Amino acid sequence: MDGTSNPQDPLGTVPVLAPGHSYRSMTDKLVGIVFSKNTPTAWFVFMAVGFTLLTVLTVSLCYLVLKGVGIWGNNVPVGWAFDIINFVWWIGIGHAGTLISAILLLFKQDWRTSINRFAEAMTLFAVACAAIFPIFHTGRPWLAAYWLFPYPNVMGLWPNFKSPLIWDVFAVSTYATVSALFWYVGLIPDLATFRDKAEKPWQKRIYGILAMGWRGSARHWFRYETAYLILAGLSTPLVLSVHTVVSFDFAVSNLPGWHATIFPPYFVAGAIYAGFAMVLTLAIPLRAIYKLHDFITMRHLENMAKVTLVTGLIVCYGYACEVFFGWYSGNQYERFMLQNRIISGPYAWSYWMLLLCNFLVPQLLWVKKYRRNIAILFTVSMFVNVGMWLERFVIIVTSLHRDFLPGSWDMYYPTRWDFMTFFGTIGLFLTLMFLFVRVLPMISIFEMRTLLPEASPKHKSEGGAH
Amino acid sequence: MTFADIRSRLASPTTPDGRAYWRSLDELANTPEFQDYVAREFPSQASEFNDPAGRRQFLKLMGASLALAGVSACTRQPDEAIVPYVRQPEEVIPGRPLFYATAMSEGGVGMALLAENHLGRPTKLEGNPEHPASLGATDIFGQAAVLSLYDPDRSRTLRYRGDTRTWTGFVTALQGALMTQSALEGAGLRILTEPITSPSLAAQMQMLLASLPQAKWHQWDAVYGTVQGGAPSATPLYNFKDADIVVALDADFMGFGASAVRYTKDFSSRRKIGTPTDQLNRLYVVEPIPTITGSKADHKVALKAADIHAAAAALAAAVGVPATAGASLGDKWQKTLPVMAADLLAHRGRSIVVAGPHQPAAVHALARAMNEALGNVGTTVTYTAPVTVTPADGVASLSALVADMQAGKVDVLVILGANPVFTAPADLDFTGALAKVATRIHLGLYYDETAELCDWHVPEAHFLESWGDLRSFDGTVTIQQPLIAPLYDGRQAIELLSTMNGAPGRSPAELIKEHWMQAFATRAFANAAGQPYASVDAFWRATLHEGFIASTSYLRAGAMATGVAANDAITAPAASVAGLEVVFRPDPHVLDGRHANNGWLQEVPKPLSKLTWDNAAYVSYATAEEYHLKNEDVIEITINGRTAKMPVWVMPGTADGVIGVFFGYGRVKAGRIGSNIGHNPFTLRTGAAPWFQGGATIVRTGEMHILASTQTHFAMEGRNPVRVVDSADYQADPSIVAHMSHFEVPPSLSLYPAFEYKGNKWGMAIDLNACNGCGVCIAACVSENNIPVVGKEQVKRSREMHWIRVDTYFEGDPAEPSGTYHQPLPCQQCENAPCEVVCPVAATVHSDEGLNDMVYNRCVGTRYCSNNCPYKVRRFNFMLYADFTTPELKAQRNPDVTIRSRGVMEKCTYCVQRINHARVDAKTGDRPIADGEVVTACQQACPAEAIVFGDLNNPESKVSQLAAQQRNYSLLDDLGTRPRTTYLAVVRNPNPALPTELPGGAKTSSH
Repeated sequence: MDGTSNPQDPLGTVPVLAPGHSYRSMTDKLVGIVFSKNTPTAWFVFMAVGFTLLTVLTVSLCYLVLKGVGIWGNNVPVGWAFDIINFVWWIGIGHAGTLISAILLLFKQDWRTSINRFAEAMTLFAVACAAIFPIFHTGRPWLAAYWLFPYPNVMGLWPNFKSPLIWDVFAVSTYATVSALFWYVGLIPDLATFRDKAEKPWQKRIYGILAMGWRGSARHWFRYETAYLILAGLSTPLVLSVHTVVSFDFAVSNLPGWHATIFPPYFVAGAIYAGFAMVLTLAIPLRAIYKLHDFITMRHLENMAKVTLVTGLIVCYGYACEVFFGWYSGNQYERFMLQNRIISGPYAWSYWMLLLCNFLVPQLLWVKKYRRNIAILFTVSMFVNVGMWLERFVIIVTSLHRDFLPGSWDMYYPTRWDFMTFFGTIGLFLTLMFLFVRVLPMISIFEMRTLLPEASPKHKSEGGAH
Repeated sequence: MTFADIRSRLASPTTPDGRAYWRSLDELANTPEFQDYVAREFPSQASEFNDPAGRRQFLKLMGASLALAGVSACTRQPDEAIVPYVRQPEEVIPGRPLFYATAMSEGGVGMALLAENHLGRPTKLEGNPEHPASLGATDIFGQAAVLSLYDPDRSRTLRYRGDTRTWTGFVTALQGALMTQSALEGAGLRILTEPITSPSLAAQMQMLLASLPQAKWHQWDAVYGTVQGGAPSATPLYNFKDADIVVALDADFMGFGASAVRYTKDFSSRRKIGTPTDQLNRLYVVEPIPTITGSKADHKVALKAADIHAAAAALAAAVGVPATAGASLGDKWQKTLPVMAADLLAHRGRSIVVAGPHQPAAVHALARAMNEALGNVGTTVTYTAPVTVTPADGVASLSALVADMQAGKVDVLVILGANPVFTAPADLDFTGALAKVATRIHLGLYYDETAELCDWHVPEAHFLESWGDLRSFDGTVTIQQPLIAPLYDGRQAIELLSTMNGAPGRSPAELIKEHWMQAFATRAFANAAGQPYASVDAFWRATLHEGFIASTSYLRAGAMATGVAANDAITAPAASVAGLEVVFRPDPHVLDGRHANNGWLQEVPKPLSKLTWDNAAYVSYATAEEYHLKNEDVIEITINGRTAKMPVWVMPGTADGVIGVFFGYGRVKAGRIGSNIGHNPFTLRTGAAPWFQGGATIVRTGEMHILASTQTHFAMEGRNPVRVVDSADYQADPSIVAHMSHFEVPPSLSLYPAFEYKGNKWGMAIDLNACNGCGVCIAACVSENNIPVVGKEQVKRSREMHWIRVDTYFEGDPAEPSGTYHQPLPCQQCENAPCEVVCPVAATVHSDEGLNDMVYNRCVGTRYCSNNCPYKVRRFNFMLYADFTTPELKAQRNPDVTIRSRGVMEKCTYCVQRINHARVDAKTGDRPIADGEVVTACQQACPAEAIVFGDLNNPESKVSQLAAQQRNYSLLDDLGTRPRTTYLAVVRNPNPALPTELPGGAKTSSH
């Protein structure tokens, strides 16, 4: 067995870490990304784009608070549109991070090590973007921000625990909290490395505070391992629960196109699908910008492509089930909904676009050659990102715009503010992501060390994160 | 400058004299700050963005608003001192309204009303339940009129060539002009009015004409006073209650005119069947463009307006009137004709032939001849003298006036109320002729197109500020009494005429009272029970209280001053003209533009098309196909070299080759709401052919005009939201209605225990067989529940706020629909309400009386409830729709109903404020709430009495009995929502000899 490759790689062809690295070279490389004086030009470009869009978000949210949600295209019957589409899209993207960190950790998949840190960061930032929508899409966000939480008050008023939106509040806030903790706990040893490597006193100070006095003693490592494992254990059910609960927003309603029992598994698969596509979308440029080819190898990309393909197929199975159940129910509203969604409706184009993005294009990933072609991989992941957005558009808008009584049917057209808010959250995401890359280790240094040959021989069977 | 400034400036220098008060407002209106304030449509920010300094302020505000968003909930209300009355006015109890009888004019004809008055402010109008023209209901104009009272754009000041003048100054000028005229015996004096039925106003007019015998009185009204082909010499009054067969010849008797309310009531009473064996009436309609009357037809034939005469002649010949039947009018007509004639002949004395007001006298003559031949006269039809004082043909009258003006014979023209500059026929150059008149005086509610071209403009008092008397369609004298002192120093026509008669300064109250005191001395008046009045005082008090003098109805012996003219000669129909026919109709809501500045009327969707804020040209499917037209295409219509542009609306049920053009839009001086919207087809309408004209051509201009319709889909898609059966099938098997559900509905399978209702259990039943889709319920709801106007752009985005909507569905081939059905849709108040479970903050909850309550204060606006409502009856305040700033409108609002702010969901509450009032009364009297004590606004206004509300726990209540009918069904019952509002199915009564197609699911119970 090749000592430089992952011992668990059944093929043993592509290593998860390029050969020729030592503790020192790896630490220097990863720490250098932050402390280097030569920030890559690409960073400034992405940051500029992100910050510009963030400003767009600020303006659109201010205008929203000033004028009301009427600046968007939502109406009656289409009460939810871009707002909830974007919410579900971002929440879905957030799933990959936790999946990679927690579930793959528990399954002892070592290749996760190079991507888990920024995937977790991506999760946090995606949840932050997502959280904007449920608050700001309400008519009175200044009240929604706290009335949705159960807090003791003199009026004796509680939220309505029967409402899926309340479940959502709990699910999303729990998820955000646990993800943040998990991410921060995972950062502590690396923050200590930064503290030690930092040259400027203020840097030492900040990283020192954040490292919470980490000295790397055996006791520290023992406690750390325990805590990390518990958090991984806590996160694992959340990966399944969050999108299940989000899907209840739709499944619990009585609307044809929403009212479907397939929704929870189908949404979870869709979330992982979207999340992996987004990790690919981020990893490919980051790898190029920071020349991380040694750490994020072809093997990582290929593995992610495989997960994308599998979850994509599950999602497509979900599409097939939706169609089958709609037809098999014999319910005329369900059947009409399908016909309107797929064939005769004014938004039928979105369904076919969705199939192109989420079903047809990802089939390229069956072919190894394509999985190893960066350009194709990146293109496919972009298609999936768009496709998953369209999926929510199809579910939310086409179901709402023609429901039960033909007299109440109407069309939905987004306004420029809809687009501004959406692209604005992408700006927020990019800004946070590139700030993160600039100040924190985007690849877990101490975990990468365990992949070195020096680290492995004695405790081969243990694997895992040391 | 803010309203606070305006208010403070107003508050300081005013004197108890109202005149000074308003003069100061006017001065204020001319200040630059105020002009600036008015110019900005959205005073809070919009124009700021273009101005660099303002933009900074704007951004600051935005930032602050975001930061302080949470704090806004804690705003302290300003301190207000509440001072009790020292001397309590008689009968005034704060919080409880008083009702006064009054009336409004529709083309001079009275619509009897009861006005709800809260502490001196009229807030809502209802029909006068005792009055024969209303019987408690109103039409849409009655519901919307209260908004016009408070319209901030109404004319507020007397003007001379645009400058403010005083009434005294005007009177001096008028007297000067009259002095000159009296030397000429009034040869240069002309008075132009709308049709007048008012006996007191007519008396003043006659007095004036007697003293100035050379002066002339002209009448013009583009809607009510205009006839094509001569006016019939007698007016028919119909009794639809006793009519088994009704034939309407281009007659929208349920939708047009001041008689429509009563006729709808009578007609609909024959559509409500209690038991399956009850006999329905049968309606045949022949019309060029679809009307709400046509939508209730059992058999309808769409014909060009010019062919109605030939159709009438053919029908007359078939029922034994000596008339010449013309050429064939198409297959459908030829098939219908013999059946219709046979039906009429089989129901002698129990049928009616109605000729429409837009048809020439010749058609009316045929209809009268038929009614006489069928023995209907005296049973179902009564011919009377016209109720208008001079039954002048408006076109002829106006033409004569214009000719005199052109010839320079007119020195003084007094225009009372009309707006001829906008509405005059295109072939009369009224505007040009007006320039040749030396002294032009205009009295009107608005400073409109005509006012602008007149020397003197006198603001007119709104009818709710006026004393007056009007005859209703049956001649009953109806009294107008003011509900409020004139808000804007308005004057009444009778005041002006009295001034011209040399008695300035007499108040209208005096004039009216005096007229009727004198009349009492000479005529024997009696009350509704036929009892004479004890004294003149008792007479006057009773008349003001009742609102009308019952014995003046022309249906009572001796009430008419003149006899009934003999029937006009029957003439042979003229051959129809080739080419497209343009049919002119007043807009159903703004009429000839007189209601253009009323936001409620603009926003309530027009019947059938559901268009708002616009007029359009109706074309049939076949015509649209032939000319490659689609909705919103702008066409240019040309007749005899005159052109007009109109957007197209493809309307099922329009006769092929007909362009149905609605006028009343395209005004330029209507006010902030009504100006510069829609298109003006008056440029096509000539005096010779004000209602229809053949030989038109159309060209597609390639332009588009966006039309905001509140309904986009008019087919039922096999879902049977409106269940329709034939009377024969219903009689054979009354359970057929229940079997039209898509599933056999299981009893509730809920895990939760059912709600228990120990007291009342409110419910509503809507009889779809009675509903004709007129939309009065919507206007009534708007008025009662302070529903905001959102504007065309928001309606186009499907954000109208109406709590009740009327869905219309067409059945069959869109080119020639076999049926038109209407479905009023308020909140269904479901027992298992889907909205209640999904609200995260429990802002919509079930009440212990079964209402689905909406707690505005608690709502955060997730809109989940609306998404989960299968009926989509919830309305969301996407923006700040309620007008919190216009001070005039504050007085209009119903104090019992919360004004909803931005970001809050709202919906029908079954008028819970009315339930609460009734509950208070019942508790005070220590008794249960009686059936019929709570009447919802929609129910009260509905002329068809299609809506019934009451207690479902009381098996004796009307609503319980309707709910128990086999015609009763729940909308979307297969969803298990168990709505409280239920519907009574449409039972059509087609002639068995002439089967119509019915919806697919109707004949067989589908799965």
